[in-house]
Amino acid sequence: MADENQLLKKAFSGHGGFGVDEATMVAMVTKWRRQPDQKSRFRRDFSEFFTTIGSIEKCEDDYLLRLKTEFSRFKNIMVLWLMHPWERDARWMHHVMHKSYPFTVIIEIACTRSSEELLGAKRAYQALFDHSVEEDVAYHIKENYSKLLVGLVSSFRYEGSQVDNEMAKCEAKALNSAIKSAGSGKLIQNEEIVRILTTRSKRHLKAIFKHYKELHGKPIEEDLGANLCLQETVKCIDRPAKYFSEAINNAFKEGADKQSKIALTRVIISRADVDMEVIKETYHKQFGIKLEDMITKNTHGHYKDALLSLVGK
Amino acid sequence: MATLTVPVTVPSPAEDCEQLRKAFGGWGTNEALIISILAHRNASQRRLIRSTYSQIYGEELLKSLNDEISGDFERAVILWTRDPAERDAMLANEAVLRWKPGNPVLIEIACARTSSELFAVRQAYHTLFKRSLEEDVAAHTTGSFRKLLVPLVSSHRYEGPEVNMKLAKSEAKILHEKISDKAYDHEDVIRILSTRSKAQLIATLNQFNNEFGNAFNKNLKSDPKDEFLASLRAVVRCFCCPERYFAKVARVAIEGLGTDENALTRVIVTRTEVDMKLIKEAYLKRNSVPLDRAVAGDTSGDYENMLIALLGA
Repeated sequence: MADENQLLKKAFSGHGGFGVDEATMVAMVTKWRRQPDQKSRFRRDFSEFFTTIGSIEKCEDDYLLRLKTEFSRFKNIMVLWLMHPWERDARWMHHVMHKSYPFTVIIEIACTRSSEELLGAKRAYQALFDHSVEEDVAYHIKENYSKLLVGLVSSFRYEGSQVDNEMAKCEAKALNSAIKSAGSGKLIQNEEIVRILTTRSKRHLKAIFKHYKELHGKPIEEDLGANLCLQETVKCIDRPAKYFSEAINNAFKEGADKQSKIALTRVIISRADVDMEVIKETYHKQFGIKLEDMITKNTHGHYKDALLSLVGK
Repeated sequence: MATLTVPVTVPSPAEDCEQLRKAFGGWGTNEALIISILAHRNASQRRLIRSTYSQIYGEELLKSLNDEISGDFERAVILWTRDPAERDAMLANEAVLRWKPGNPVLIEIACARTSSELFAVRQAYHTLFKRSLEEDVAAHTTGSFRKLLVPLVSSHRYEGPEVNMKLAKSEAKILHEKISDKAYDHEDVIRILSTRSKAQLIATLNQFNNEFGNAFNKNLKSDPKDEFLASLRAVVRCFCCPERYFAKVARVAIEGLGTDENALTRVIVTRTEVDMKLIKEAYLKRNSVPLDRAVAGDTSGDYENMLIALLGA
């Protein structure tokens, strides 16, 4: 255990300008797969790189900067992999406002993490950036979807099993009326739609979507038209595996832009320890090819090895 | 700042439980004994008493209390005995289900608690009511109130002391602009009031005063009957001068014919362990009568004895 930590520390040390030892890092990724405690212990042991603010763990900014060139060849995958999930999510959300990441990243994080994970990410955000994520999103995002985003990020959804089916049916009908009465450009600002999507529990929302289909003959996504935010929100809440599998596929498409490729790293790292098996199944079903094969075909070198280790055999 | 008086040597939880059980036993109830114990224990002591009581007697203390005492006295004792987070969750639930414009309870809970206390309330709400606080507030309030209250109860403000003076100046300007246009529920007003940290908000309001010659609240008095304006004023006062805010709630509850027992109970029970000393000072200054005397003059029996005990008289 202590030896592995030493090895990995050395691998991260930058060899005085000769780059980081990528092979060792990839080997660790494989070894420590699905073992967040191992990573936790390593972070606590490696005080030059990782520190804590209260109960929040974070990377030392200086260290990150120094190894930036080293790490960039690896597309940041190793640092991200080692980071505490809360710090990762906080940094990704911060990038939306300060590095032009697409705002859909906020929808992704706010809707696919559990209530506790989202809370952790928000606390990490405060520790890292001296602001709450809510105030930053509200301040920096001025587009018409801002209310939806602030609502999503402020939520602390009930996670128990209790669902009021009558209310769910009622709200499915309310959503349908709201969709019909609002013009298609105005859907995103409709108060009822935003209220229901940003405050109801996930189980309740899934029940609503089910009732919607039964009552109105088609899934709610069809009626949401070209509204990207609402579509993504519904998908992230209702079928996150499908959302992630499509995000991965977009990265491999011809002419995929930089953000789509960044999404590949983000999805695989954030889901490796969570629901990667389900995502792989979904991917295979949806696109007719195994995720591992797609990665092997389209990526190279240590980055490829790291991805394959994260995705698992 | 608290007025709670706890004896120098506190009996063990088991001893307290035995005494409480005695107070319930036989014909009639020994209310004075109940008050002498519960009104002189802090939150963690009360928590221990509750868990010890259920262990020894196989019944919830709160249930025994509910069976043995009644009316305003019962409400005061039960709310007091509960943990602050649960208590606030219950008050919030009551306010939401019986929602009327101008009801200040949600604002008090959102603005006169720390960020972590508010979060604890949201967690307690999940456990007690199997829904999130924000979903209930969203579903039961409408219009401008919903626009204000949902973000307020969902807020997770940064708690540090850092203040950005440039931002304070620019946001004071925004507030002034919107208020002058009578756009009281404008999204920027709501954004600033519901997302900025307490320190930042206070700095902004001070800037407002410096720049525009009078306090923010003075500009919100155009229509004394307008409940929304009253709510905005309450938000500001809960942040800036909670002791004066609560002293006023107490005064309004007491003066005139009859007493608003619910409001009086709420002020005393929720602030005894927080800043009741300051509230008493503010009350005396404003009304030239000590709060204890005013309460004694306006209430009677066990209810009066409970409130007086909490006031530290």
